[in-house]
Amino acid sequence: MKMLFFLCGLVSVGFVLCISIYLFVAGIPAFKVIGISDMLFGKVWLPTASTTEPSFGILPFILTSIWGTAGAIMIGVPIGLLTAIYVAKAAPKKVATAIRTSVQLLAGIPSVVYGMIGMVVLVPLIQRTFDLTSGATLMAAIIVLAIMILPSIINVSETALSAVPAEYEEASMALGATKEETWFRVTLPAARSGVATAIVLGIGRAIGEAMAIIMVSGNVANMPGLFKSVRFMTTAIASEMSYAAVGSLHRDALFSIGLVLFLFIMLINLGLKFFIREKKEET
Amino acid sequence: MKKLLSLILTAILCLSVMVGATAQEALSGSIATDGSTSMEKVIGILSEQFMIDNPDVAITYNATGSGTGVAAALNGTADIGLASRALKEEEVAQGLKSIVVALDGIAIIVNEKCPVDNLTLQEVADIFTGKITSWKDFGGEGDIACIGREAGSGTRDGFESITKTKDANKLVQELTSTGAVITAVASNASGIGYASSSAVEGQEGIKVLTIDGVECTEENIANGSYLIQRPFNLVVKEGAELPKQVQAFIDFMLSEEAAPLVAKAGAVPPAQPEK
Repeated sequence: MKMLFFLCGLVSVGFVLCISIYLFVAGIPAFKVIGISDMLFGKVWLPTASTTEPSFGILPFILTSIWGTAGAIMIGVPIGLLTAIYVAKAAPKKVATAIRTSVQLLAGIPSVVYGMIGMVVLVPLIQRTFDLTSGATLMAAIIVLAIMILPSIINVSETALSAVPAEYEEASMALGATKEETWFRVTLPAARSGVATAIVLGIGRAIGEAMAIIMVSGNVANMPGLFKSVRFMTTAIASEMSYAAVGSLHRDALFSIGLVLFLFIMLINLGLKFFIREKKEET
Repeated sequence: MKKLLSLILTAILCLSVMVGATAQEALSGSIATDGSTSMEKVIGILSEQFMIDNPDVAITYNATGSGTGVAAALNGTADIGLASRALKEEEVAQGLKSIVVALDGIAIIVNEKCPVDNLTLQEVADIFTGKITSWKDFGGEGDIACIGREAGSGTRDGFESITKTKDANKLVQELTSTGAVITAVASNASGIGYASSSAVEGQEGIKVLTIDGVECTEENIANGSYLIQRPFNLVVKEGAELPKQVQAFIDFMLSEEAAPLVAKAGAVPPAQPEK
């Protein structure tokens, strides 16, 4: 019986190892041919250029993914955290149940639906409000991403906040703090690791999203600007993978983008582990 | 009771998978077509008729773009690749051959609120390369938003080669299907884009421009006076022996019965059926 459990565990480890090794093996060749600095810091992406030399600079995608995720986090985390605090601590039971159910529904909506609604409602709205030629911009992608990561942040933060022992809050209020002061000075710091996990979940979802973004962000390989049409690392791979000829430099370059994306996510996860461990040692 | 119910449901699920499997072996089989989004209506109407005539054949169509269609034909994931452009030299060198099933015009579309009705080919080229940036030059207002397709698109390839703007297009959006371009232009008052003329028919919110005074109609495409046009190609491996149902479908699409269907879909049947 133990053997069976061990084998199941081994399957997951096996998958992760296979994917990591494959990404490295498939992603490194393009770096060798094109040159790491040319690829990572090159600003022009024209892999199918026939009248000029093809160029494979992926800096626009890297910066766009960073800005897009940062923007989504800056909007999504405050709203999510405050909602979680409200639902866990301040809301009357019925309101809390209503909010919790809506958040769970929001979590179940497929990304394509977000993309469709974004394309039909959000993009024209942005175009009208900011008087642009086209609303399909980084701004639209950030708003869609922020809405998509809200459920993850709210759910996990709420669980973490509810798990803080009541004694902490009672002690704080016994010492004369108001309820709001208690929440922000005592409960939130105590639930730090849960909240950090929630934020990393949100970052993970935002940086990996391809389908919803492809419909609202314009997909032109520009250096990012809030009101410019942009392409993320994920959409760069998704839109060109299907027709990049097998064995061509184009296809290898796309795998390299995948490798960079993978390394980013690893870095964020490791960063979080460090952060939690430090805090645990402090407490 | 619950256990029994879940066992029965699982059994039905497994059996339903097997039904598909046996159906393929015993009957006439399946045809997988993959590629151009512009060819959707044409392939749709032709495959419907073929499936009515041959009820045991199942034809599937995957709208992934001409570039992907050619790649699928090459590595065998599709029986017939669909490309809305001529094959490139490298592709022919890799052992592919193309069969023209229809001619299609590339309609230049603008939003219905746009005051422009006609452009010359040179003006279209200048707009898309960014030399002309504002609708003010044509009596309208606002900056021009050029909406186009992804790099592997057959429609984009046809548009760029005829307007001689290869690699020089300055687009504001790159979308992945001809339908998406139509939707984007319909929702953007300063948009201009290019889409398959067969897909544009009957769509609301957009206006099809005349190019050099020539309207984008089937006659003008057939007699060549509408300049922006390209072939709809079926792509198969050169010299390969195709399964019976695939060859029969190709023969059907090139026959005289198919010509009125192609016309109904908004494209132009080729002048002479090729064999």
